[in-house]
Formats: sequence, C-alpha cells, structure tokens
Amino acid sequence: MTSTSRGPRDKRMTIDEVVAQLRDGMTIGIGGWGPRRKPMAMVRAILRSDLTDLTIVSYGGADVGLLVRAGKVRKLVYAFVSLDTVPLEPNFQRARQGKEIAEVVELDEGMFQTGLRAAAQRLPFLPMRAGLGSDVLVNNPDIRTVTSPYADADGVHEELVAVPALHLDVALVHLNRADRHGNATYLGPDPYFDDLFCMAADQAYVSVEQVIDTAGLTVDTPVQRLLLSRMMVSGVVETPNGAHFTTCTPDYERDEKFQKAYVAAASGSDEEWDAFEQRFLAGDEDAYQAAVQAFAQEEEK
Amino acid sequence: MSAFSRAEVCAAAIADAFRDDGEIFASPMGMLPMLGVRLAKLTSNPDLVISDSESLFLAGVPPLFAKGDVVEGWIPFPKVFDVVAHGKRHVMMGATQVDRHGNQNISAIGDFAQPTRQLLGVRGAPGNTVNNRTSYWVPKHSPRVFVEQVDIVSGVGPRNAKAAGAGASKYNDIHRIVTNLAVLDVKGAGDTVRLLSVHPGVTVAEVREATGFALEVDADVPETRSPTTEELTLIREVIDPRTLRDREVKPVSPEATS
Repeated sequence: MTSTSRGPRDKRMTIDEVVAQLRDGMTIGIGGWGPRRKPMAMVRAILRSDLTDLTIVSYGGADVGLLVRAGKVRKLVYAFVSLDTVPLEPNFQRARQGKEIAEVVELDEGMFQTGLRAAAQRLPFLPMRAGLGSDVLVNNPDIRTVTSPYADADGVHEELVAVPALHLDVALVHLNRADRHGNATYLGPDPYFDDLFCMAADQAYVSVEQVIDTAGLTVDTPVQRLLLSRMMVSGVVETPNGAHFTTCTPDYERDEKFQKAYVAAASGSDEEWDAFEQRFLAGDEDAYQAAVQAFAQEEEK
Repeated sequence: MSAFSRAEVCAAAIADAFRDDGEIFASPMGMLPMLGVRLAKLTSNPDLVISDSESLFLAGVPPLFAKGDVVEGWIPFPKVFDVVAHGKRHVMMGATQVDRHGNQNISAIGDFAQPTRQLLGVRGAPGNTVNNRTSYWVPKHSPRVFVEQVDIVSGVGPRNAKAAGAGASKYNDIHRIVTNLAVLDVKGAGDTVRLLSVHPGVTVAEVREATGFALEVDADVPETRSPTTEELTLIREVIDPRTLRDREVKPVSPEATS
C-alpha cells in the first residue's frame, strides 16, 4: 500500500481490551441519561473485572446501581439516579442508605453539564446560578462561588456558583452507529451529553450497535446526527444490544420486563440478588445476551 | 354528588397557574400537571409551548401519553438546560417535602451523609428555582409533605434565594403550590407559604390539619373555582379520555369529606 491510500487508523477493539485500559481509582464518565442509551455492555465488563475504587460520573440509571452494588465505586458524582418507569433505583438506594459509597457529590443536572463543559474547554470552572441557595452547596463545601467582575443593570456584582470542571480519565458512551475510526451517529431522539463526556475525558470509548463504512453513516441519515468525531474517540467496540436493558432508540426500546426483574432482585433478599447475578452477570457479554434471550422467551410463555 | 371530580378541580387550578405565562415552555412533571398544562393550552393560554416529555415540541395538544402529533421543535436535554438558563420556562415539579419557606426536597429523607430514604437526587430543582418560574404539584397534602424545614433543600424558596444574593433571587419565582386540597403560594409574611384557596368540599381547618407548619391564612379564604363545562369536556373527551387523573387524585365522596 502506498502512503497516499492510507486512511485514519482503525480503532476497533474488544470490550475486554477497553477494560484493560482502565485502572483502579480512575474517574470514569458514563454517557446516556438515566435508563436511556447507556453503555451497559462496557459497564457489565467492568463488573466482571477486578477494578476497584472508581469515581463514577453519571446521569445515573442501572449503570450506577450495578456498579455500586458490586462495590466498584468509591466516589459517585450524579444529579439523580432513576429508572424512569421505576423512579427510585433500588441498588443505589440501598448503597446510600447503608453508607456504602465513601464519597458522594450530588449536583444539579445543569451544574453537572456545566462541569463537563468546563472540563471540555480546559477551564477550571464555569459560572452559573444553579446551586445558589440550595443544599448542593452545603453538602459540597468544596464548591465555591465567584463574584462577577461586571455590575448588572442595578449596579450589583452578582455572586454565582463557580462550577468546578468535571475532568474524566475515561468516558464510556453507547451510540447507534460508528465507523472503525470513531465517527459516530445517534439515531434516537436525544444526543444526551455524550459528546461533552468524550471531550471532558482523556480517553473516550464508544460502543455501538453496528460498525459500518464511513460513507454509510450519512447515506440515509442527516449529517447533524454525527455526534462524535473520531478525534474525540480512542476506541470503538461493536456490541449489538449493548445498551440493554436501557433504550437504544430506534434499534430497540427499554426492556421493561427485564428492568422489572432487575428491580425485584435488587429490592429483594441477598439470595434473590445472588440468583439474578448468577443467571445474568456471571458470564461474559455473549452469555448475558443468551440469558436475556432465554428470559424473554420465558416471559412470552 | 358534584358534577366534577377533585382531580378535575386540580387540573383547572394547575391550568390557572400557567394562564398568564405567555409564550414560554411549560414543563409539567407528572400526570396531573401534564393534564393541567394541556388544558391551559386549549383554553386560557394557547401560546404555551409544550413537549412530549421526551425531546419534541408538539404543535397540537394530544391526549395524555398518546404518540404522534405535529411537531414544532426539538428540545433534547442539552437544550432544556439552555431554556432553563434563558428563563422562558415554567416548570411544575413534584415535591416529597415542602417547607414553610417554600423550599422543596426530592433528594433524600434524613441526613444527607446517610439518608433513611434515598430519593431521586436534587435533579434540576436547584437550577430551575433560581432561573425560571417554578410551581409544585402535591397529590397528597399531608404533614409528611408540608414540614417546618425540608431535610435537603433541592428547590430554593424565596427566603433562601434572597439570603444567597441577587444572583439567586433575581429570577427566583415560586409561583403556585397546587395540592389535592388547596392552592397555595409563598407570598406570606417573611416569604412563607400562604393559603390562596381551598377546593370545593375542603375546609380551611382540614388544610391546616394536613400542613405540618403554621400556614398563613387570610380571614376570608375563597373556594378554588369549579372547572367550566368547556374545561370538563376537554378533560374528559380530549386530553384524558381514559380517566387516568382519578388514579392520582381519588374521587371524593361527599360523606367522606365531612
């Protein structure tokens, strides 16, 4: 091959190769929103690993629930943890009420975004109103305010929250399609904050339903759906059904029956949780998907 | 037997909370607020901008939880936060606790370090309350909800906002608290919760009893207005033909309210 025919590098990797890039104590941002388009296959791979003492930064759903239940999380940064149709995440509740997470940073949803944006822009902080007057500033005494150098119309120098940058070592996100270089599209209703997560991180790994040719990304899809540019992405993993049991619209919606089973097990006795873990989480991703298929067939009977 | 249900009174009261908002994004959290907002859009405020609670602005007013309507815009989460900061929004949130100074809690019950009951987290409440108009919907008015002081201040009431300075108080606007018993606001003396009206069939004494702090009550408290015939038709035939509203606010029989 001549040098002129060379394209950008191929970043395809396996899920285990992604996990091999992670280290104990790392700060890991997880994209998606609550129970929507979460990189669950990569989360499950972390569950299988020996990784520990992680800082998890997430608009949380079952990703947070599973990781705290497995004792992987030393510090959690979140604005909420919810499964939507089941508003309260049972594993998260259990961990909080049992004081099992050493450090928690509960932020306003917009502060969370602003923190990612500050990190993405390599700024130490960005100012905003959210947080003022609330217990977010009481429970997070490290978050400071800043006085505007400019007077407002009334001559007042407003005091605003200096939202600290939420810098990530690694971002994990799940989209619908990518090429082998890391350009990726979301085909559902909402980009969420996946681009910000990737730009706030030193390394970003994207899992997708399908890896396709670059030309295929826009063949029947508006170019505005290309959320991630390859220059933001370190690795690409093809994980069909990899967001299960969260939504990955239009490829699939949330698996409500499975979510119910998850909630029942997480809210139940230790034995019930152990049985759920044994059935679904003890093996690799292929074993998980096979167990999910068997579960779906049982539910149909 | 009255000609309308308690849920229908609540829907009309919620609609009234959005009546004077003009052309802004109405963000209802939960079923009754969604019903009330859509009722307002079909009656008192057709300029309201409403969404499917997911990512689309809807040009029409479909029934609750129905899919497929004319779309007039795109409002994914990143853009929601833009609108919050911009201010053209009125959100009606739920509240696990509301205190005498109109602070709201949806984060957790008990001590933050180890709550007795972990709830959702503060979500967008801190940002909503210092940026855009905010109301609350409380389907079960009780002393467990209306407490002297919330455990964790998520939504910021006017007194807290003023104490935090102009940056917080400038756009703080806690507009209405609508419950299954009454309509309230936070414009009482010293920025406290005040009773504005009691729903038909409810007494002031009942509301006082169901409130865990000293409520500001004027000498003469009016009755919350009854829904009009037009509103009842819209609620029953257009917005909520499946009567989902009665699941959130149970119909009250006249004997039970005595």
